[in-house]
Amino acid sequence: MDQEYDVIVLGTGLKECILSGLLSVDGLKVLHMDRNDYYGGESSSLNLVQLYKRFKGNETPPESLGLSKEYNVDMIPKFMMANGTLVRVLIHANVTKYLNFKAVDGSFVYNKGKIYKVPATDVEALTSTLMGLFEKRRARKFFIYVQDYDESDPKSHEGLDLNKVTAREVISKYGLDDSTVEFIGHALALHRDDSYLDKPAMDTIKRMKVYAESLARFQSGSPYIYPLYGLGELPQAFARLSAVYGGTYMLNKPECKVELNESGKVYGVTSDGETARAQKIVCDPSYLPDKVKKVGRVARAICILSHPIPDTNKSHSVQIILPQNQLGRKSDMYVFCCSYAHNVAPKGKYIAIVSTEAETDNPQVELKPGMDLLGTVDETFFDIYDRFEPVNNPLEDNCFVSSSYDATTHFESTVTDVVAMYSKITGKELDLTVDLSAASAAAEQS
Amino acid sequence: MATTGHSNNVINAKLVLLGDMGTGKSSLVLRFVKGQFLDFQESTIGAAFFSQTLALNDATVKFEIWDTAGQERYHSLAPMYYRGAAAAVIVYDITSNESFERAKKWVVELQKQGNPNMVMALAGNKADLEDKRKVSADDARAYAEENGLYFIETSAKTAINVNDMFYEIARRLPRAQPVQNPTVVSLSDGSAGQRSQTSSTCCT
Ligand SMILES: Nc1nc2c(ncn2[C@@H]2O[C@H](COP(=O)(O)OP(=O)(O)OP(=O)(O)O)[C@@H](O)[C@H]2O)c(=O)[nH]1
Ligand SMILES: [Mg+2]
Repeated sequence: MDQEYDVIVLGTGLKECILSGLLSVDGLKVLHMDRNDYYGGESSSLNLVQLYKRFKGNETPPESLGLSKEYNVDMIPKFMMANGTLVRVLIHANVTKYLNFKAVDGSFVYNKGKIYKVPATDVEALTSTLMGLFEKRRARKFFIYVQDYDESDPKSHEGLDLNKVTAREVISKYGLDDSTVEFIGHALALHRDDSYLDKPAMDTIKRMKVYAESLARFQSGSPYIYPLYGLGELPQAFARLSAVYGGTYMLNKPECKVELNESGKVYGVTSDGETARAQKIVCDPSYLPDKVKKVGRVARAICILSHPIPDTNKSHSVQIILPQNQLGRKSDMYVFCCSYAHNVAPKGKYIAIVSTEAETDNPQVELKPGMDLLGTVDETFFDIYDRFEPVNNPLEDNCFVSSSYDATTHFESTVTDVVAMYSKITGKELDLTVDLSAASAAAEQS
Repeated sequence: MATTGHSNNVINAKLVLLGDMGTGKSSLVLRFVKGQFLDFQESTIGAAFFSQTLALNDATVKFEIWDTAGQERYHSLAPMYYRGAAAAVIVYDITSNESFERAKKWVVELQKQGNPNMVMALAGNKADLEDKRKVSADDARAYAEENGLYFIETSAKTAINVNDMFYEIARRLPRAQPVQNPTVVSLSDGSAGQRSQTSSTCCT
């Protein structure tokens, strides 16, 4: 490794692997190292033995839970919007050939102690039990407005300039109830708080359209897709892309010390007494603890079940959003569930993960509303982890540090961070205009 | 959706190549897929994904061939590489004992991580270099028999046994496949992403 590279990447989390892949494709000479002997860093998917080791110390998993290697439990659980930005990156980078995706069965929202399928179209609004008769009709009208809205066709705007009027104003024009506004804002537009209400409506309308278009794409019960074998496959696919374009991979490298010169600029990375040289490094926060600050904490409960989540139409994979106001909280809570149908657990087993931005030190108590939806659980692992953001100026030290994954955000923020880092590293914009419509919309038969 | 014994039964099979640097993995693929050989084959970067179809009496086998892309060099091959592989070719160079030892390590790794029904072939490549031979065919065959591997000596240079090896692997692939993942969705329109007909992959 005693060589000169254009960029050294430390950590094989999803963000680092996407960047490594994109930079290698650009023709840069990349060295990619990880202190662990596995790919994925914080965004890996663990088998049962690894899961116990991480959260239960010396306890060994009971035989009743099945084979360890049939588990692929995401440490950062997320579903991908079928027409979302991450899918654009996958197609742009041409790594879809390394991965198999399956649609997610259901998308639900929590309201007054019960869960409901999230209605996303005018037709679904009319049949939803989430709203009363008159409210349904008002919601239907609003959905039709959103569906027909076309930025380039002023006739569809109905006299509203969405770049000027706020989301609150547009919604009040349709006279929607607070609880309808809540599920539209949090479960359809995927806003994390209510600040969007006083911002221009355009962002919210576009998000609603992406949701509806994603929902239509694979004719499933949700707009989401998820890779077979778990999200841990994603960093591996981008690592392979990087390697195919000449990137050098070294796992299990101890220390990985970032070397700075007297003026504070990076010049290389030392591991095992050898120094690889490069003018730029990319890493996750754990490799440069002096250049990041703690910005929050995520509380989560990882649960193994032997049944689907109750009241979800026996969905093998499902997302449930519990909006903050329903729980009297400052942040939404998320329930993620996947099963052996996505090859993340042995036959008959389901993995459910409840997560939220931590507001207390007690995840057991804090996550209870989400846990209560799960029915009997075979095993639970509670955890709180810190989130970090970089505080350095990469233009001064050439250290490009990613932000930690946020349990309450989706891949949107992941990809936004990656795209911004790519621009800072290369001085170029990443063009993600890919032809999504060319991608087949039909579910293939196997 | 044919699953068993029809003559038009199409089997999609992921095949992975493993072996020490310079043993001839890429050369074997190039010979099989394009019928070519380069004396100065560059260490693999760039293309690392090929497909080739073989017609047998009872089925058509479409191989999706993965080359290592160099990730194995520092023991950093991702598990995704052999995930779902129906077949693996472990390549060593008959002029190098070291490469044969390395091949044995790959066999252990695959037995631990891979699909239990995977068809595994041990290829002693560079069989044209008889005068430089270090690994005897008998030793390799004995090792292969002990470990349930199909053994053959090949030469990507002269083409000896290369097609035979791939045909034999195709013949050994399980024919009747359980119908898997009927709702796998396609994200790319390109040919590479397609998973259709019977997929001879595994579900571990
Ligand atoms: N004589 C002889 N040379 C061969 C044969 N197969 C490959 N070679 C040569 O061996 C060298 C390495 O071959 P590659 O196909 O690049 O080997 P590889 O296993 O793909 O190597 P990496 O990609 O570096 O891991 C090249 O110079 C080939 O020309 C063979 O059957 N006989
Ligand atoms: Mg090669």
